[in-house]
Amino acid sequence: MFRIVRKEELRPTVTLYEIEAPLIAKKAQPGQFIILRVDEMGERIPITINDYNPEKGTVTIIVQTVGATTEKLKRLNEGDCLQDFVGPLGKATETEGKKKVCVVGGGVGCAIAYPVLKKFHDDGAEVHAIVGFRSEDLVILEEDFKKSSDKLIVCTDDGSYGRKGLVTDALKELIEAGNQYDEVFAIGPMIMMKFVSKTTEPYGIPTTVSMSPIMIDGTGMCGGCRLAVGGEMKFACVDGPDFDGHKVDWDLAVKRNQMYREFELHKHEETCNLFKKEAE
Amino acid sequence: MANMSLTKNPMPSQDPNVRNKNFEEVALGYTEEQALDEAQRCLNCKNKPCMTGCPVMVHIPEFIAEVAKGNFEEAYQIISNTSALPAVCGRVCPQESQCEKYCVRGKKGDPVGIGRLERFVADWHNAHATAAPEKPASNGHRVAVVGSGPAGLTCAGDLARKGYEVTVFEALHLAGGVLVYGIPEFRLPKSIVQKEVDGLKALGVTIATDTVVGRTITVDELMEEQGFEAVFIGSGAGLPMFMDIPGVNYKGVLSANEFLTRINLMKAYRPDSDTPIIHPKKVAVVGGGNVAMDAARCAKRLGAEVYIVYRRGMEELPARKEEVEHAEEEGIIFKTLCNPVEIFANENDDVNKIRCIKMELGEPDASGRRRPIEVPGSEFDLDVDCVIMSLGTSPNPLIKSTTKGLEINKKGGIVVNEDGLTSKENVYAGGDAVTGAATVILAMGAGKTAAKAIDEQLSK
Repeated sequence: MFRIVRKEELRPTVTLYEIEAPLIAKKAQPGQFIILRVDEMGERIPITINDYNPEKGTVTIIVQTVGATTEKLKRLNEGDCLQDFVGPLGKATETEGKKKVCVVGGGVGCAIAYPVLKKFHDDGAEVHAIVGFRSEDLVILEEDFKKSSDKLIVCTDDGSYGRKGLVTDALKELIEAGNQYDEVFAIGPMIMMKFVSKTTEPYGIPTTVSMSPIMIDGTGMCGGCRLAVGGEMKFACVDGPDFDGHKVDWDLAVKRNQMYREFELHKHEETCNLFKKEAE
Repeated sequence: MANMSLTKNPMPSQDPNVRNKNFEEVALGYTEEQALDEAQRCLNCKNKPCMTGCPVMVHIPEFIAEVAKGNFEEAYQIISNTSALPAVCGRVCPQESQCEKYCVRGKKGDPVGIGRLERFVADWHNAHATAAPEKPASNGHRVAVVGSGPAGLTCAGDLARKGYEVTVFEALHLAGGVLVYGIPEFRLPKSIVQKEVDGLKALGVTIATDTVVGRTITVDELMEEQGFEAVFIGSGAGLPMFMDIPGVNYKGVLSANEFLTRINLMKAYRPDSDTPIIHPKKVAVVGGGNVAMDAARCAKRLGAEVYIVYRRGMEELPARKEEVEHAEEEGIIFKTLCNPVEIFANENDDVNKIRCIKMELGEPDASGRRRPIEVPGSEFDLDVDCVIMSLGTSPNPLIKSTTKGLEINKKGGIVVNEDGLTSKENVYAGGDAVTGAATVILAMGAGKTAAKAIDEQLSK
């Protein structure tokens, strides 16, 4: 069993969990993910690793409460155990040999952008970071980003914090201002990654995106996570999760991710009602 | 006096129109009377042709002779001397192309129902046996087994019985491999698999679930850091194959692996499961193997009208005969001699149609089967909202890409010699990871061979 050693509510809907998983902590690298299951009848959900501590034997994940499973997860406390916690899965992000990079994070995707950004920074690259949130009350990890980057731009959709507007506008400005990036690394909602890729394409800047499609086993068995990349079929769990953003078939990826949407909405509602009943 | 009836005792089964709406086991198993009667059909041939058809060489006439005498436990002991998973094999082996194919009684009439008798004996034992197997004294040697499917479980069991300390590493949260994620409950109840796994635990085998060898830990680390003297890789088949036709990525097109995993491993058909599953109205399952039959029959149980689309004819279907018969009885519609050419979707990318072309059989190809050839201009459409691809798998890249010095063949399978030894010292492999998608019993045979070789190597 995998014990929660620390639980921290970063924002009302964004929670950090530090989980005891020594084997995974020893192996984890930036860009990799885990799959967890909260309880016996729970589904398997992939979540990208935020941080890891091989000495302490822990792995940290940051999770936004969006559906039935993340709702259940939030009900667990420090000392409680997760049913399953498997990983590290996927290939690590390639960070070596870059002189100057821009890391773009969106929403809770910033949790995942952080270890990648830190690795670029530790490997000696000049790192610019652009992070975007819907509004001030969702901003996370600002201090961490500040520490490991040479320039940080925080954007909010509604302008309640930092600069108002989209991360792609900020990115375009930085590029137009003459910043020569060896690579742009984007992680966040699919739609954001799509438009970051569209933004960099005319400039020919290599752009890597971290995909999180539907998957079950995460080891190359179910085929649920397949994507069309450069006209070829790729599996995010074993070929990714990082792909060339200019080659991903975005429309397809966005639509495929909605395959179980109705079910999820229904299940979410069911879970909420159940918790409400318990509370009464 | 032998029972000279030309027909097998029929298998009692749930009514097709009842069972195609539930997930309970289809075949109910022989009663004692039926088993005694069927066992008396065996002529106890001196040269035992049936045994030559069995990949694990079960002593078939001997166990059947005990059944005929009513000594069911003795019969079980004879089977379990050579087979690690009798209750599983009795249910999922393709007996018609193995033991029963060589049965003398089959020359005129039905062969002896060897599979049905094996199942009866195993179930009788499971229902009546009280003593758990005893843990043998340790011989001090440690062996790691990668994957808890039929190959891994067999290898682990054989070694544990000889006193080896065995740890089985499983990537998923439940042990059993394809027996739990692939084969449906109605064909192989999961309680039976669990019983087999519990039996191994009683022998002292440790099962480490949630451990992905190649990611969480590597084969090299198992040997260099964890002190395992030998490793058996039984990691199974890998990535599902899809057809290279337009529309293959639309919503509603999925692999049989995904569909079956959601249903069997994640129990998505149950309302208390958090795992989503589509509830299609009309489904086309592409392929003709056991996995295709399983997927089709699961879809039927979710309430769909189901087509099997297969490019060769009924005679060429690679699935077990019984599975095809069961599928037909349950109302699966067979569209044989046709092949998909395109999948269509609505404006939302949800599948709404599959276009197929009719095929005819030409000369035999390299596999010895007659090659299917398209009939020009014979395209026709089927209205479906789901397409399940069941075309086999290509080997998993995880272990080969993280293990130093492991030789791989052109198709991606691990190269082994006749003992199951790979190109790497003390590393053995077997099952689908070596052969590509095959049967449970062949994987068990490979696990058995490797266990014997590992024992010989480590006891030197």
